[in-house]
Amino acid sequence: MSVDTATVAKIASLARIKITDAELSAMVPELNGILAWIEQLGEVDVTGIEPMTAVIPNHQRLRDDVVGADPLTGGGIRDAVLANAPAAQHGFFGVPKVIE
Amino acid sequence: MTELTDLGVAAIRDGVAGGDFTAGEVASAFNAAIAAAQEALNAFILTTPEAALEAAARVDADRAGGKPLGKMAGVPIGMKDLFATKGTATTAASHILEGFVPPYESTVSQKLWDAGAGMLGKLNLDQFAMGSSNETSAFGNVISPWRRNGDTAPIAPGGSSGGSSAAVSARLAPAATGTDTGGSIRQPAAFTGISGIKPTYGRCSRWGIVAFASSLDQAGPMARDVRDCAIMLEAMAGFDAKDSTSLDLPVPAWETALSGDLRGKKVGIPREYRMDGMDADVAHSWDQGIAWLKDAGAEIVDITLPHTKYALPAYYIIAPAEASSNLARYDGVRFGLRDLPEGAGLQDMYAATRAAGFGAEVKRRILIGTYVLSAGFYDAYYTQAQKVRTLISRDFNAAFQTVDVILAPTAPTAAFGLGEMVSDPLAMYLNDVFAVPASLAGLPAMSVPAGLGREGLPLGLQLIGRPFDEQGVLNAGLAIEARAGFTARPAKWW
Repeated sequence: MSVDTATVAKIASLARIKITDAELSAMVPELNGILAWIEQLGEVDVTGIEPMTAVIPNHQRLRDDVVGADPLTGGGIRDAVLANAPAAQHGFFGVPKVIE
Repeated sequence: MTELTDLGVAAIRDGVAGGDFTAGEVASAFNAAIAAAQEALNAFILTTPEAALEAAARVDADRAGGKPLGKMAGVPIGMKDLFATKGTATTAASHILEGFVPPYESTVSQKLWDAGAGMLGKLNLDQFAMGSSNETSAFGNVISPWRRNGDTAPIAPGGSSGGSSAAVSARLAPAATGTDTGGSIRQPAAFTGISGIKPTYGRCSRWGIVAFASSLDQAGPMARDVRDCAIMLEAMAGFDAKDSTSLDLPVPAWETALSGDLRGKKVGIPREYRMDGMDADVAHSWDQGIAWLKDAGAEIVDITLPHTKYALPAYYIIAPAEASSNLARYDGVRFGLRDLPEGAGLQDMYAATRAAGFGAEVKRRILIGTYVLSAGFYDAYYTQAQKVRTLISRDFNAAFQTVDVILAPTAPTAAFGLGEMVSDPLAMYLNDVFAVPASLAGLPAMSVPAGLGREGLPLGLQLIGRPFDEQGVLNAGLAIEARAGFTARPAKWW
């Protein structure tokens, strides 16, 4: 499978990356080179093979159902959460207007 | 007298504990070495000399007070700038994290500080750990301290942990943290004549490490020898409830159990790794490695890993797919860069921020990942790659029915020059051909220096072990180290 300019523009839009026409035309042959190379995976017989889900067997754990049991990942740390926001206002993340 | 900066982890730890010198003297010596090399090598994104001195002062005070000292007491280290460090800017070598100062500390770095280590600075790397030459950093290339014989052309330190490898080989740090997603500890270690181990997936907590491909990312130490790697890995590893894939297992006493005696052990030589047109130096060093392990008492066994050639293409589906998902968090809202063009709405802001913040290689991988996960292509690419990953893992399981450890080259060539590969992404990806299979299977794997190639640049040998058997990997590495007698170091030109 190969991609054309319209497909790469669509992927970039899905990935929320603004891309110039010049970048787009450079990216198309690069991606096609990489995609042509990964095509070889198609020749592997995977009949009856399960896709890998966990590389090292492990069990799923549940933490104790206690609010804020770990102060690092619990609640009540609004200011720390907002400290790195480019535009925090009134205790919230600020974004451009989304509703007219 | 030996310079303090020539000492490794064990020698510093023992010297500080024994009172031969203070931790403060050690930190000062490394701080000075870094200051003198930073302009030429660009190994650090940020230096933190005060942090190193403060940690050293605490160790010296503890020693004076007769308190017990940690495993890494008095050892200053470099921290790859992929680990979140509380109160110290963390960039992943990307503009998109500009201004981000973590309000928390990664589990691995916290464990190292708790063990008495101090931070010399945040080390440069390929942007989001995506690269094999440290040429994708937004903070400039790292220059390897190594040069080809009779040549001054700048050489790649490997990647993505290129700041780590350059710093350790240039004696700017006795050890450094690395992370390995598809070879990012082992390949730079090989390129710079140092040792580095990626443990079994889950040994080191991923909490607080900037995520690239979560099913592959694993932290590990990079240091001058095998013993130093064992000491530092003990300090880094261990269960962490904050990482859902953390292994709930005790951390073995790897250093105490080190032994280069391989009698009764079987070492596998995978025939698929001997590729057509293999570099003559690499082939020669592999043969030497085989002879060294035989000399250490091991039995050499030819093995087959039939799906080896599919590992790299599978990796270049799986890793970008996970990256495209992980990097969705960089949106200009919660942290880091925001690019808000005049009159732009929310969607435009996302797209503008990500266009301005991500480097070319990161964008390339996000686009590949987005494509292979998109409707209609998911099964053909992603599911197929995950099935091939199962087959690669089975190949290793079958081999480990007969052998204890596998010996292979770390990289297909010695280090290349900066700029020689950068225009061809695919050629760059092929650099990880020997490193990626063990990553896909989550296995512990290590690179140790084996010698110098024809141009005077280091070559590494790779040891791959069973899941959880870091000891077997370290021991085989030690057997090679003892016989390789690798004492070469870069001439100080900076």
